[in-house]
Amino acid sequence: MKKLINDAESVVADALTGMAAAHPSLSVDVRNRIVLRATGPRPGKVAVISGGGSGHEPLHAGYVGYGMLDAACPGEIFTSPVPDQMLEAAKRMHGGAGVLFVVKNYTGDVLNFEMAAEALAEEGIEVASVLVNDDVAVQDSVYTAGRRGTGATVLVEKITGALAETGAPLADVAITGEEVNARSRSFGIALTPCVTPAAGEPTFELGPNEVELGIGIHGEPGRTRIPAGTARELVRIAMDAINEDLPLTGDVLVMVNGMGGTPQIELYVVFAEVAAYLREKGATVTRRLVGNYITSLDMQGFSVTVCRLDERLTLLWDAPVETPALRWGR
Amino acid sequence: MDTRFFAAWLEECARVVHEQRDYLTRLDAAIGDADHGTNLDRGFTGIRQALAEHTPPTPGALLALAGTTLVRKVGGASGPLYGSALRQMGKALGDAETIGLAELADALETALQAVRRLGGAEVGDKTMVDALSPACAALRLAVAEGIKPQEALSRAADAADQGAKDTISMQARKGRASYLGPRSIGHQDPGATSTALILAALRDVAVAWAES
Ligand SMILES: Nc1ncnc2c1ncn2[C@@H]1O[C@H](COP(=O)(O)OP(=O)(O)O)[C@@H](O)[C@H]1O
Ligand SMILES: [Mg+2]
Repeated sequence: MKKLINDAESVVADALTGMAAAHPSLSVDVRNRIVLRATGPRPGKVAVISGGGSGHEPLHAGYVGYGMLDAACPGEIFTSPVPDQMLEAAKRMHGGAGVLFVVKNYTGDVLNFEMAAEALAEEGIEVASVLVNDDVAVQDSVYTAGRRGTGATVLVEKITGALAETGAPLADVAITGEEVNARSRSFGIALTPCVTPAAGEPTFELGPNEVELGIGIHGEPGRTRIPAGTARELVRIAMDAINEDLPLTGDVLVMVNGMGGTPQIELYVVFAEVAAYLREKGATVTRRLVGNYITSLDMQGFSVTVCRLDERLTLLWDAPVETPALRWGR
Repeated sequence: MDTRFFAAWLEECARVVHEQRDYLTRLDAAIGDADHGTNLDRGFTGIRQALAEHTPPTPGALLALAGTTLVRKVGGASGPLYGSALRQMGKALGDAETIGLAELADALETALQAVRRLGGAEVGDKTMVDALSPACAALRLAVAEGIKPQEALSRAADAADQGAKDTISMQARKGRASYLGPRSIGHQDPGATSTALILAALRDVAVAWAES
């Protein structure tokens, strides 16, 4: 399998070197694997820090900047970062008002962030965590590791980042992050598996006329596979799953997200179907994103995330943001 | 069993994990995210480097250093789990210079408790607990029977191996594999498999030790 890499072992470091060269607004510590705002910590502001495996770009490092994250900790591809990264990022970026960790619900992420939080607390730095678990594809979550964190992570990072910028206290920022998570649901469908640089082969097999339903973002297989259908049919499956869990009414933010290898034109085809579905349900799309925001390397497919907005969350969503991957209002 | 014995064990783990890296990663590709082999290889390579720089004086300090190194290098679910297991094992061994089989059995039990506390997995959830738990039980029984260390550790390794194989028919309830629901059945758990390799390494070192 062809890849634009120099060496499978050095992909993460090489990409971080590239990010540093491309974005002077970031301070990239390639050795310690942390990406920080070049402006450094701001006194009195809660530091919002996230992290997770690499391969989901632009998540998380692409969201470091004004109005969003203070720091990101990229792990190896699809592998949670280690506690030292979060510890170092928090020490360098906290401005005396505490640190918020935005954590996607995966056993590895949860355990590594927990260890970092314990170590930070020992150093006297206040820390809170928001656990994102928006993926409705994970059923009977009592018998599993619980729902995965997927698309809503982008929304939680944007909105907590905006609130932190106003100087809000840690507890408020954390509660708002939980609120965004509670109001959001996602569902993903893959047309192809992805290929990790280390493995060099697809993470699962999928026939030419099959799609995988209920995928996560780590190239792991989903719940079921079915014969491929039209965009309209696939969107209906995704939206029905979401609507069953969180009735879709009122004002909603919609993110139609590409998994990394999906042409933008197809994402617009999907968005049209999502918008039509929501209209039919009586919901009003008031904010939207269409593009690659949380990916799975080169996987083809999409995920859709819906968040039921209220006035306050809408204002926080609209607040200025200036990061490599998301920017408006500034 | 002294510090050199445990250093030899870790060295053997590093060798075996490296050799079986692609196999472990393939197992993880089937029901996880295809990184378990690379994760552990990175971790045990890190242990090898740490020990080359400085070998702690006691078995307890050695295992604690190895555990901390895994936490710092591995990431994923297995980093904190194996890292805490080794750290707690090291703590349990205290600063004794040599370790008897009974102390080793107790320390392994401590490792199991650390994994269960952190990850919340029970026997039957299709995780490393399914290999570690029967190994602990076999070792405890062997200690009670008063048999030789190399035979006792051989029974523990066999129990772990059987435990890993038994995960094939299980449905995962913890970790990434749980997202597959019933589709996780029919695949051997990568973490249980690496636990079996680590305990086989312990047996092999004990056998070589007894012979020399
Ligand atoms: N909660 C848990 N308790 C015990 N072991 C677990 C738990 N979650 C995962 N594991 C073990 O970790 C292994 C996966 O490790 P690895 O692939 O390195 O991490 P990740 O799952 O984060 O990619 C699984 O095969 C399983 O044995
Ligand atoms: Mg894995």
